[in-house]
Amino acid sequence: MCSFLEWRDLKIVYKRYASLYFCCAIEDQDNELITLEIIHRYVELLDKYFGSVCELDIIFNFEKAYFILDEFLLGGEVQETSKKNVLKAIEQADLLQEPRHEYFNVPVY
Amino acid sequence: MPAPIRLRELIRTIRTARTQAEEREMIQKECAAIRSSFREEDNTYRCRNVAKLLYMHMLGYPAHFGQLECLKLIASQKFTDKRIGYLGAMLLLDERQDVHLLMTNCIKNDLNHSTQFVQGLALCTLGCMGSSEMCRDLAGEVEKLLKTSNSYLRKKAALCAVHVIRKVPELMEMFLPATKNLLNEKNHGVLHTSVVLLTEMCERSPDMLAHFRKNEKLVPQLVRILKNLIMSGYSPEHDVSGISDPFLQVRILRLLRILGRNDDDSSEAMNDILAQVATNTETSKNVGNAILYETVLTIMDIKSESGLRVLAINILGRFLLNNDKNIRYVALTSLLKTVQTDHNAVQRHRSTIVDCLKDLDVSIKRRAMELSFALVNGNNIRGMMKELLYFLDSCEPEFKADCASGIFLAAEKYAPSKRWHIDTIMRVLTTAGSYVRDDAVPNLIQLITNSVEMHAYTVQRLYKAILGDYSQQPLVQVAAWCIGEYGDLLVSGQCEEEEPIQVTEDEVLDILESVLISNMSTSVTRGYALTAIMKLSTRFTCTVNRIKKVVSIYGSSIDVELQQRAVEYNALFKKYDHMRSALLERMPVMEKVTTNGPTEIVQTNGETEPAPLETKPPPSGPQPTSQANDLLDLLGGNDITPVIPTAPTSKPASAGGELLDLLGDITLTGAPTAAPTPASVPQISQPSFLLDGLSSQPLFNDITTGIPSITAYSKNGLKIEFTFERSNTNPSVTVITIQASNSTELDMTDFVFQAAVPKTFQLQLLSPSSSIVPAFNTGTITQVIKVLNPQKQQLRMRIKLTYNHKGSAMQDLAEVNNFPPQSWQ
Repeated sequence: MCSFLEWRDLKIVYKRYASLYFCCAIEDQDNELITLEIIHRYVELLDKYFGSVCELDIIFNFEKAYFILDEFLLGGEVQETSKKNVLKAIEQADLLQEPRHEYFNVPVY
Repeated sequence: MPAPIRLRELIRTIRTARTQAEEREMIQKECAAIRSSFREEDNTYRCRNVAKLLYMHMLGYPAHFGQLECLKLIASQKFTDKRIGYLGAMLLLDERQDVHLLMTNCIKNDLNHSTQFVQGLALCTLGCMGSSEMCRDLAGEVEKLLKTSNSYLRKKAALCAVHVIRKVPELMEMFLPATKNLLNEKNHGVLHTSVVLLTEMCERSPDMLAHFRKNEKLVPQLVRILKNLIMSGYSPEHDVSGISDPFLQVRILRLLRILGRNDDDSSEAMNDILAQVATNTETSKNVGNAILYETVLTIMDIKSESGLRVLAINILGRFLLNNDKNIRYVALTSLLKTVQTDHNAVQRHRSTIVDCLKDLDVSIKRRAMELSFALVNGNNIRGMMKELLYFLDSCEPEFKADCASGIFLAAEKYAPSKRWHIDTIMRVLTTAGSYVRDDAVPNLIQLITNSVEMHAYTVQRLYKAILGDYSQQPLVQVAAWCIGEYGDLLVSGQCEEEEPIQVTEDEVLDILESVLISNMSTSVTRGYALTAIMKLSTRFTCTVNRIKKVVSIYGSSIDVELQQRAVEYNALFKKYDHMRSALLERMPVMEKVTTNGPTEIVQTNGETEPAPLETKPPPSGPQPTSQANDLLDLLGGNDITPVIPTAPTSKPASAGGELLDLLGDITLTGAPTAAPTPASVPQISQPSFLLDGLSSQPLFNDITTGIPSITAYSKNGLKIEFTFERSNTNPSVTVITIQASNSTELDMTDFVFQAAVPKTFQLQLLSPSSSIVPAFNTGTITQVIKVLNPQKQQLRMRIKLTYNHKGSAMQDLAEVNNFPPQSWQ
């Protein structure tokens, strides 16, 4: 099936990964196919960060999913096209969190 | 007070809830705990509480009481607090919340923070949800950061600037100096965001666009960057399936599109790189196709050479054959955009497009349908119609209305024969009868009336169609009307086109009565049926008594419409029997009016009340003739012909009368002479009703849009504007709608507008909407002028205006010479 839907004056692009649907709303003049790539890039970032990401990872670490999204997109546009740079920024920012933990798996809050 | 539970604990707890009620209970308990914790102004756990609140907000529960806490977190010195605080601000606060402005100071401080990640958080928040006030306050800071050498901050500042410009377009100028060297960066993140910023600026301001084209020589720079991306070897950092930084490539192509649009030099400078991208990009993966798609869009939008355009259409053709549905959808969308300009090229792919009608996916079907309608022409109408009718049969209900309308339009324009046209419309009515738009019924009736030789065939087919099933209202309405009109042909078995059927008068009345009684028939349909029965009283010979009985029964119907009709028809039988046959005569051929698409001509359906027949002549009565003569005298009587505004007996008036007949419903209010036969009736009042409607609506369904309006006259506070409409099917007719407005402080009364044109033109002036131009521009007089210009000469017009103003009679003559070329060429 086609991954695009029309909704009001926007286009919805969605991609399915296992049991999750990632949806993205774009404007009329935006490129649908590259949006699919953007969704895929985001999932790759999550995958690299969490190590084989699964649904539970996203549920229990939703704030981190947001932080990663905020390093990849800003104001609806892609801000960094290098996977390496996005992950590096997240890692460095994580290091700044207080209290400092040796292992990232220990919850901060 | 024990420490609030951790975030992950809460998530785990909530997930154990087995019912919605259980979950709600847990959430409420936790919210209460969080609220009391907030009240205690606890700094240690504020971050934890807000994080929990955000989770509950994501589940859909109210979290507004956390808004101020987010602000406190943002103001904290701890990075963890700031991170959650800014996230909370982006999720819970938006422009509509009063407290959001309190963030401004914090953001300002954080934009100047020593840690780049804090600066990053501030930029991100501002760029996602900054209101216009916030943007105004902080634009200076953003501009400063746009010039920093730190690429991490520079890229974020660029996108933040994009948001500022979207919110407050006036601030665009401010960012111009900072854009000077943006494209010299090596960092792809900065490059990408810079291209986005430049795109935003060029799209919003034509001045900026011109500046970037000429002064900054943006196109060569972009071409160079794109070339490097394509030619350079494998770069692991930016590689996606063998293509280097597709995101950047796509954005550059989009910016090139804007720069090349309507500009020959720029378009030429990018021809080579576009050809290179179009031919060298790998098409096996989605990412390559994404780039090709963007390239095709760019090629079609700029002033590219024809070879390049052919290349682009061929790429789209290949996309159409791709197995991937997404690619096909994208191809159909693009072809729809280009079908106007490159019609022949798209025609070549017609068969593939028609195949897409059979696809399972809804989005693809819709696109294919729209594109199919765009491709129908005189040559392929038969084949295309077969496919479209098959599609109508099998498609989802949401498509049926649009498809039916499209078919009607196409059939109207390109029907190879009358029989084919009627057959097609019958097919649509029988397959999608309930989805057909209301205006299809009067159009179809008019079409049938005008196909005189097909009457017997039509009525026979319609009769057969409703025999089995009379639930589809538009079909039944048309059938009832036809049977009423041509019932005599039906019973006499006169059909030439196909095998005539044997029908008796009683059988015909049976079916009409069933329609009357049926629960499925709407009030409108019943009205049609009753009138049809009445008409048959003059066409049938043996069953007149039966008809009389039926009509008298409905004289006491609860439905007021039916009752009124029945009572009046009864009167026709009793008191006015001598004129019954004249009144119920066969309908004459109606003036051909172009059909409705989505834009509608005002045609009164059976439902609406016809205007009461009055006998007063139109306001522009005999005087204009003499005034027109004055006009002629004044002009010295050389190559100008005087125009006489609508005389009572001219075409539009009779059209009005015939449209009245169309209702098949004669509301007799007294004088028998108000009979609506075309020759004698004083239908003069009709035009003022119908034409008012006509003058305020577009008259053609395929109007040439975009003809600029002109101010024809502007003096002493009186301004007259002309707006134009032309039909693609009859290019020698130009319809001018004049609007007269009055900016003085007193009304202008007894306003009369007259016009004269050179001899090679013909002019028709329809009735004005009123004769008073109200003061202070509170209203206008509108009037429609139709100009026939068969020789396509330059339009010129002399106008004469007379009115009363401030107690004295005013008069003025003027010449209108500033007609735009599109109105007469």
